[in-house]
Amino acid sequence: MNPIDVELNGQPATLPPGSTVRDLVTEHTGKPLTEQGRALDGTRLGVAVAVNGDIVPRSAWAGYTVPARSRIDLVTAAQGG
Amino acid sequence: MMTKTQTHDPLQIAGVALDSRLVMGTGGATSLATLEEALVASGTEVTTVAIRHYAAAGGDSVFAMLERLGVLALPNTAGCYTARDAVLTAKLAREALETNWIKLEVIADEHTLLPDPIELFSAAEQLVSEGFDVFAYTNDDPALAQRLDDVGVCAIMPAGAPIGTGLGILNPHNIATIVNRASVPVILDAGIGTASDAALAMELGCEAVLLASAVTRAHNAPLMATAMRDAVNAGRAARLAGRIPKRDLALASSPAEGTMQTLAGQFQ
Repeated sequence: MNPIDVELNGQPATLPPGSTVRDLVTEHTGKPLTEQGRALDGTRLGVAVAVNGDIVPRSAWAGYTVPARSRIDLVTAAQGG
Repeated sequence: MMTKTQTHDPLQIAGVALDSRLVMGTGGATSLATLEEALVASGTEVTTVAIRHYAAAGGDSVFAMLERLGVLALPNTAGCYTARDAVLTAKLAREALETNWIKLEVIADEHTLLPDPIELFSAAEQLVSEGFDVFAYTNDDPALAQRLDDVGVCAIMPAGAPIGTGLGILNPHNIATIVNRASVPVILDAGIGTASDAALAMELGCEAVLLASAVTRAHNAPLMATAMRDAVNAGRAARLAGRIPKRDLALASSPAEGTMQTLAGQFQ
């Protein structure tokens, strides 16, 4: 299977085939996650994910395989407002 | 035993009681270290944060800092121009920060950064119906404030002046009118320039003040944070104490009897 092309936070990106949202969040936060989408180290992650404009609840991250050509938003708290 | 000058006076809002009536924003700080100093100096228990694309793993983040300081995060929808974007941002914020709180900002244009009343009201209606505690950033318009109150927001947050202008409270009469009619707390949001502006907001009856630029862009941010903390406390105390009515003519504060007057009764 070939890597899949997606748009991640407005930029082109490639993911290994079969990547789940949980894999993606771990890749970016550096934190291994439970099946429920919580950090194994007990800290709060402070991130959320939307795929094609629909929010994927953290409890669904582990079972959600990222489709090719999807638009992914990975967000967190930032200074402002 | 409490005395008349030591009343415990927490701000009750969206199911929590807060001792600090100053809500600091996080925008405009030159560094996270400066922001942290200012937040600590301000004594704030709640701060507002934007929701943005995740930039990079590693390093300190705003979220990690707030977790460490034990400051509650009030996510906002800053940067949204439509109800649709604001509602999506609010849902992302709820998922990311695990809170139903949302500071709803739907701005009309980038030059004034003033709220778009139509989109704001529409977003407020949707978010309240989906169980959010909506802190609505709004114009200093008593009619719109009333509509937001009716739809069920948990706080009305009128702008004193446009965001970042530091012009203070341009229409104190409207702020007082909003306060007098509101069934939920009114938090003065935006436009604060210096400590006297924050004190005035509280004297007008606002339950709290939200500010960012006035502190984060001050030459000495932690010192201004301290000034704002004290101003909010002073303004609140003055509001509770009840100011004297304004008069057109002087009213002597010293007794008229026993004065050395060569012509008795001349000035009585």
